[in-house]
Amino acid sequence: MASQVCRFDPEDNYNAFLKTVGKAPYEGTGKLAGIPVAVKDNISTKGITTTCGSKILGGYVPPFDAFVVELLKKEGAAIVGKTNMDEFGMGTTTENSAFGPTLNPCDTGRVPGGSSGGSAAAIAAGMVPMALGTDTGGSIRCPSAFCGIVGLKPTYGRVSRYGLIAYANSLEQIGPMAGNVTDVSTLMGVLCACDSRDSTTYDRPYCHTPDINVRGTRIGVPEEFFGKGVDPKVASVVWDGISLLERLGAEIVTCRMPSMSSALAAYYVTCTSEASSNLARFDGVRYGPTSDTKKQWHESFQDHRRELFGKEVRRRIMLGTFALSSGYYGKYYAKAQAARQNVKADFDRLFRQVDVIAGPTMPTIAFKLGEKSDPLSMYLSDILTVPANLAGVPAISVPCGRVDDMPVGLQIMGRHFEDEKVVDVAYAFEQGVSA
Amino acid sequence: MSVLSGTPPVSSDSSIATDPSNDEVIIGLEIHCQLDTSTKLFCGCSTDYRDDGPNTHVCPICLGLPGTLPKVNKKAVEYALKVAKALNCEILEESEFARKNYFYPDLNKGYQITQYDRPLAVRGYLDIEGEDGEKRVRITRVHMEEDPGRLVHKGGTDRPKYTLVDYNRAGIPLIEIVTEPDLRSPKEARRFLNKLRATLEYLGVYDSEKEGSLRVDANISIQPRGWFEREGKGKADRGRAEVKNISSYKGVEKALTFEITRQKNAIRRGQKLESATRHFVETRGVTTASRSKEMEQDYRYFPEPDLRPLRVRSWSDKIVLPELPDARKVRFIREYGFSPTHAATVTGDWRVAEFYDNLPKDLAVSAATATWIADTLLGELNYRDMSISDVPHGHFIELITLIRKDTITDKSGVEVLRSLLDQLKEAGSCEKPSECVKRLNLAKTGGEGLEPVISEVLAEQPQAVSDYASGKSEAFNFLIGQVMKKTRGRVDPTELNRVMRETLDSRGP
Amino acid sequence: MVSERDVEHIAELADIGITKDELGEFTPQFNEILEYFDLLDSVEGTSPATRDLTNIFRDDTVVPGLSADEALANTPEKEDGFFKAPRVM
Ligand SMILES: [Zn+2]
Repeated sequence: MASQVCRFDPEDNYNAFLKTVGKAPYEGTGKLAGIPVAVKDNISTKGITTTCGSKILGGYVPPFDAFVVELLKKEGAAIVGKTNMDEFGMGTTTENSAFGPTLNPCDTGRVPGGSSGGSAAAIAAGMVPMALGTDTGGSIRCPSAFCGIVGLKPTYGRVSRYGLIAYANSLEQIGPMAGNVTDVSTLMGVLCACDSRDSTTYDRPYCHTPDINVRGTRIGVPEEFFGKGVDPKVASVVWDGISLLERLGAEIVTCRMPSMSSALAAYYVTCTSEASSNLARFDGVRYGPTSDTKKQWHESFQDHRRELFGKEVRRRIMLGTFALSSGYYGKYYAKAQAARQNVKADFDRLFRQVDVIAGPTMPTIAFKLGEKSDPLSMYLSDILTVPANLAGVPAISVPCGRVDDMPVGLQIMGRHFEDEKVVDVAYAFEQGVSA
Repeated sequence: MSVLSGTPPVSSDSSIATDPSNDEVIIGLEIHCQLDTSTKLFCGCSTDYRDDGPNTHVCPICLGLPGTLPKVNKKAVEYALKVAKALNCEILEESEFARKNYFYPDLNKGYQITQYDRPLAVRGYLDIEGEDGEKRVRITRVHMEEDPGRLVHKGGTDRPKYTLVDYNRAGIPLIEIVTEPDLRSPKEARRFLNKLRATLEYLGVYDSEKEGSLRVDANISIQPRGWFEREGKGKADRGRAEVKNISSYKGVEKALTFEITRQKNAIRRGQKLESATRHFVETRGVTTASRSKEMEQDYRYFPEPDLRPLRVRSWSDKIVLPELPDARKVRFIREYGFSPTHAATVTGDWRVAEFYDNLPKDLAVSAATATWIADTLLGELNYRDMSISDVPHGHFIELITLIRKDTITDKSGVEVLRSLLDQLKEAGSCEKPSECVKRLNLAKTGGEGLEPVISEVLAEQPQAVSDYASGKSEAFNFLIGQVMKKTRGRVDPTELNRVMRETLDSRGP
Repeated sequence: MVSERDVEHIAELADIGITKDELGEFTPQFNEILEYFDLLDSVEGTSPATRDLTNIFRDDTVVPGLSADEALANTPEKEDGFFKAPRVM
């Protein structure tokens, strides 16, 4: 099959891309033939620099493609560039990129959300129709909500992580982002394929066309998703959205999710612990900027990490190191796993009564640039997205109106491997709004 | 320590003052062996790296490239299970891999994938021949882990300038076997290791002849006799040393012997022994103190999130273990008429036992053959630091047959064997035993061939002949010795005695 | 509460460089975050999250890897086919 070329030379006013491929090759007549697709920069692309938004991987060119990239290419997609992100995915704003923040195309004074902010901005600005993001604690859904696009975090284990540069292995998934639910569904169909290299995947292909009918679907709405910290204006817009679904024939069931009280702490202990281990491999010996071989090993390693990791990354490495250290493991890591089990149990219980759970994706609209300077206040904004990661269930964010002229996202979570169902509800909502 | 005047100082470790003759040595071992699989533990790279250049058996996974994921080699798990079963261990219903976090350039990922609080198997034992008869050494645990890469320190060991790293070894499957502190002497430790090695080789999961396939860490302390039984491990004691980095079977006994002397000397001088990590320097046969920093290592273990738990207990029921050393020993005694000592020697090494089992039946049942292998052949091999796998099986059979057919004497047989082994060591090949016999002119001189030599000797030694005639029996032995000397041992002593006596007696007084 | 000395110790344990200024900045942030983590104290039980998939294996079959040149392609610090790293002693 002759290779064709997709010309890609957009004006990147929002710093959405870290790297663009001016003449992106593609082959064949697959489902994505000739479609320009952007890939978040923590997903390995053979021959294209992959930095995770970090100086420590500056210039790193992977000798292999992530499995999802192989799948995109097989379906004829043109990989047109690598998108900006919070360094290693650690952030909710894309301000933590070592290569400058991405701006929100809806308001350039605001952040696009994160950590897949580059992918969301590229779609919202119309530079690409679809992109890959990754979601560890909301990193697909948050920027989707903030930029007014659609993003799906698949069921944990449905998409191979091979080639995704790990931040928190037990929580994260690669997922589709696009301007509408249909494109998200199409991209999801490409990403779900069995990969023998990822021991945590299941062979559960996604062959689905979104179904508009939500008649009889029971939608659980946990009180905790409208609790303290949620902007009343956002809450109101999201309730309007849920009411629309009710008018379309869904049944609304209010419920409770008590495990939410410790979910965020459990999430941050888990992700920082895993990150503290994952990020130890960047020692400058095998790839990336080189370590100083004139120094002693530990001195060189410490200097390397101080100079090339950003502050948030170092903060999280230290937090995770502390949470795993002897004497604190029981108080932090072990308790976090128990809390995580409680979150799973809550979802299991609720999903015996309802088909999906709905609420706001984010407690607020997009922050102003620089607004979240205090780490904990930034962490707290992840409160509504982390439960799905802790439990491994699918969750989608779909635009549901505006507050202060900024987009708001409606989040729909489903049972394990019922990614199709959350797509259907999001589709019904999307079509209901535009009707 | 009390410094109040009038009060004798009381040392908190007053046990140090006890009679040294009442002390005993307490040793526990941690043994790491490379499992003999075709590929690494978590990637498809070949494990056959020893003859190749650095970084030629690597892939994105074992280089720790970002984004790669490990996947468990099923064969390695099967091998580890065999070991656990042979060591009479309890297999855990569910076990898992964990990350051991530390930063060193031989680690490709900044952590090592190993097993921690849920290992493959626990609580087993291995019976050995101890200092006072049969002894049961308890096994604490058996687990799997990946080997780190290999480091080469450039610029000399005293003042290294930088380090070179080869990841060919990174990811080779290791099995770690931890014993309870049940061993009481370096000799027992060596016997345990020999038995363990034999067991692993009988299982076909390990090749002790591959360079660097074994690494041992030894915990050793000297305590008042009975202390361990009373207090158990973990209680305040005199301090123990963990000797790391022992990489040969012979090294273990050397390192332990050195360490015992060092600790005994310290106790004799009344010094308090701090618990410490020490390194064995094989070339100098000594252990040296490591920096104290290693004592504070906090490995921050947690379950490996990229891998799923193992549930393999039911597999072990289906494993049929091969004949192990103890069973083969019993069989050799029964089937080949071995003495218990020879049986222990021959079956204590899998290769030797296999060599023996492959001899033609008529040769194998002979006590002389057993003696030849257990004493002569193994002695000569050991002297040359060679292995039985260096000896061509057919050549050995031919040699034994030559002796049995009386073509050469036992003594000549040894001479032939030495010559052949020297050739093998030098050139890697050797001539056939019959050629060697011809070349060295060792064919036995029998009956008629003897007479000319005897006549010659009698002619040369008239004094001895007359001494014999006058009844001095020493003269007979002297004359026999002269014949032996002339024939360089290729005569059969019984035959020589007979012919010599006949010749002398026929001459009359 | 963690002190600046504790944070310095954590940095040492994490083998990550930290400056004096950063100690002053990180310490109150850590205290705020760790205080938030105290929410976990009230969590009942210690059971780890269940993982339903077990026994995921691959066969012991050799798969071609990278050539030495490919393996060393991402670093200029190499010598005779080895990676070059700082001295460890
Ligand atoms: Zn490999």
